[in-house]
Amino acid sequence: MLNLSGIGKRFGGLTALDGISFNVGEGSITGIIGPNGAGKTTLFNVATGIYPPSSGAVLLQGKDISKLPPEGRARLGLVRTFQNIELFGKMTVLENVLVGLHTQSKAGIFSCAFRMPWQMTEERRVRERAKELLDFVGIPELMDVEAGTLSFGKGRLLEIARAMALEPKLLLMDEPAAGLNSSETAELADLIKKIRDLGITIGLVEHDMDLVMDICDQLVVLNLGTMLAEGTPREIQDNQAVITAYLGEE
Amino acid sequence: MKSDKLKFLAFCLVVLLAPLPLAGGYLTNVLIFVGINGVLALGLNLLLGYAGQISLGQAAFFGLGAYGSGVLTTTYAMNPWLAMAVVAVCVAAFAFALGFPVLRLKGHYLAMATLGVGVIANIAFNETVDLTGGPSGLSGIPNLSIGGLIFDTDLKNYYLVWSFALVMIFLSLNLVNSRFGRGLRAIHDSEVAARVMGVNARLMKVQVFTLSAFISAIAGSLYCHVMTFISPTSFSFHVSVELLTMIVIGGLGSVYGSILGALLLTLLPEMLRTFHDYDIVVYGMLLISMTIYMPGGLVAGIPALFRRLLPARGSNA
Repeated sequence: MLNLSGIGKRFGGLTALDGISFNVGEGSITGIIGPNGAGKTTLFNVATGIYPPSSGAVLLQGKDISKLPPEGRARLGLVRTFQNIELFGKMTVLENVLVGLHTQSKAGIFSCAFRMPWQMTEERRVRERAKELLDFVGIPELMDVEAGTLSFGKGRLLEIARAMALEPKLLLMDEPAAGLNSSETAELADLIKKIRDLGITIGLVEHDMDLVMDICDQLVVLNLGTMLAEGTPREIQDNQAVITAYLGEE
Repeated sequence: MKSDKLKFLAFCLVVLLAPLPLAGGYLTNVLIFVGINGVLALGLNLLLGYAGQISLGQAAFFGLGAYGSGVLTTTYAMNPWLAMAVVAVCVAAFAFALGFPVLRLKGHYLAMATLGVGVIANIAFNETVDLTGGPSGLSGIPNLSIGGLIFDTDLKNYYLVWSFALVMIFLSLNLVNSRFGRGLRAIHDSEVAARVMGVNARLMKVQVFTLSAFISAIAGSLYCHVMTFISPTSFSFHVSVELLTMIVIGGLGSVYGSILGALLLTLLPEMLRTFHDYDIVVYGMLLISMTIYMPGGLVAGIPALFRRLLPARGSNA
């Protein structure tokens, strides 16, 4: 599904990523883990087009998307959520999801201003869909609330609903469990599996090892900008290099 | 949805009836300028209040509209309605081309670039004497007319200007409550997140900039035909700052706020005649106190104030 080949990223003299190559298999839940500063978020930013890579290529379903801007990648089905939840705080919960449906609708400046009949039909359709998505993540009662006032946990659910609105083929989640309590994390795990069951491939960066070991089919371990290991959760748990990177030498 | 329509109809009614008690007096004349300023403020509010992109050069588009119509209808004797359409389209095309490089800038840099556009346009109005008449202005601009109806009195011009204003308010209300408007507000809140959602931020910012220039150009054309005389001082940096003050006071991101701000700031100078050249100081103080105490403008601030006062009274009772 997503193929990273030889990704490198330098910020001035600092090498944040070096020679990262792996494949996120179609239909899998792939976890990217590593100690703080390993380059996980940078890798996400390169994969989604926030930063261009200094070297290497990003391939989505075999197509080179390295030069596409984020909105172009979103249209191809590569969608992400953010570590610190980037909601549109001054808009309502429903409107946030409606922005997610931007690519699923097409009314432009003129048809919006003149309320063309087909634009009204489209508007009704996207509103219905947005409500369905809020049902899917379990927060339909919050639809008219201003998104900036949501709790962290609810905000995370909204962000996932909004990302789902883009009909992603691949959903990248940056630390979805960060800031959630244990019951919220358990709900999140169920939600992520539910999304996978819809046929959506998932990549996630996560620190919560219980969550990662529970839901991931495949893990990639980064350390100091390089790839340390790749394999199933069981293989990674027994990998000596990984244990050393996390816990230090004996 | 229903209450939005009612609100708009009520507003139309107020606009329709407002000049009746004034009997075509001096205040009718002031209300014409409330209409023109309202249209200009609305154009800037779509750009700044919704999309979050500042422009300190709105006077340039206003002036280009006024001078475009003025010159075409005097020197070239073009039909005023045709001239208005031609000029508005040309100014919009100019803004569209200008928007791509300029709107790559953010914050202070965008403010500086648009300020530059405003200053350059004002210098051009002053210096191209053969075309614009320079500092002494351009006179003899005809009134607009439809068939036999010539818009030559304050009352007629009031209804002319406000018909335009109402149409623009109606279209703007549609626009901000739609896919396009949501895209703009998303860009305002978080451009990165908006782009990740597939919102083409670069294009939409240029589109709304173009729209605001188009609206300003129409206001300029109306202004020149109402005044029949224009000079560069009406399109100076001062005007751009006034428009900014109007929407900050009325309410950023509120269509009706633009009109309320235009109303207050057009009436205010009439009331503050004694301040004369110091009016810019008053504007500055208004801007500062509004951003500190009522960041949502009067449209959001007054209901909030009532909400704060009413429960307090309830608890006393």
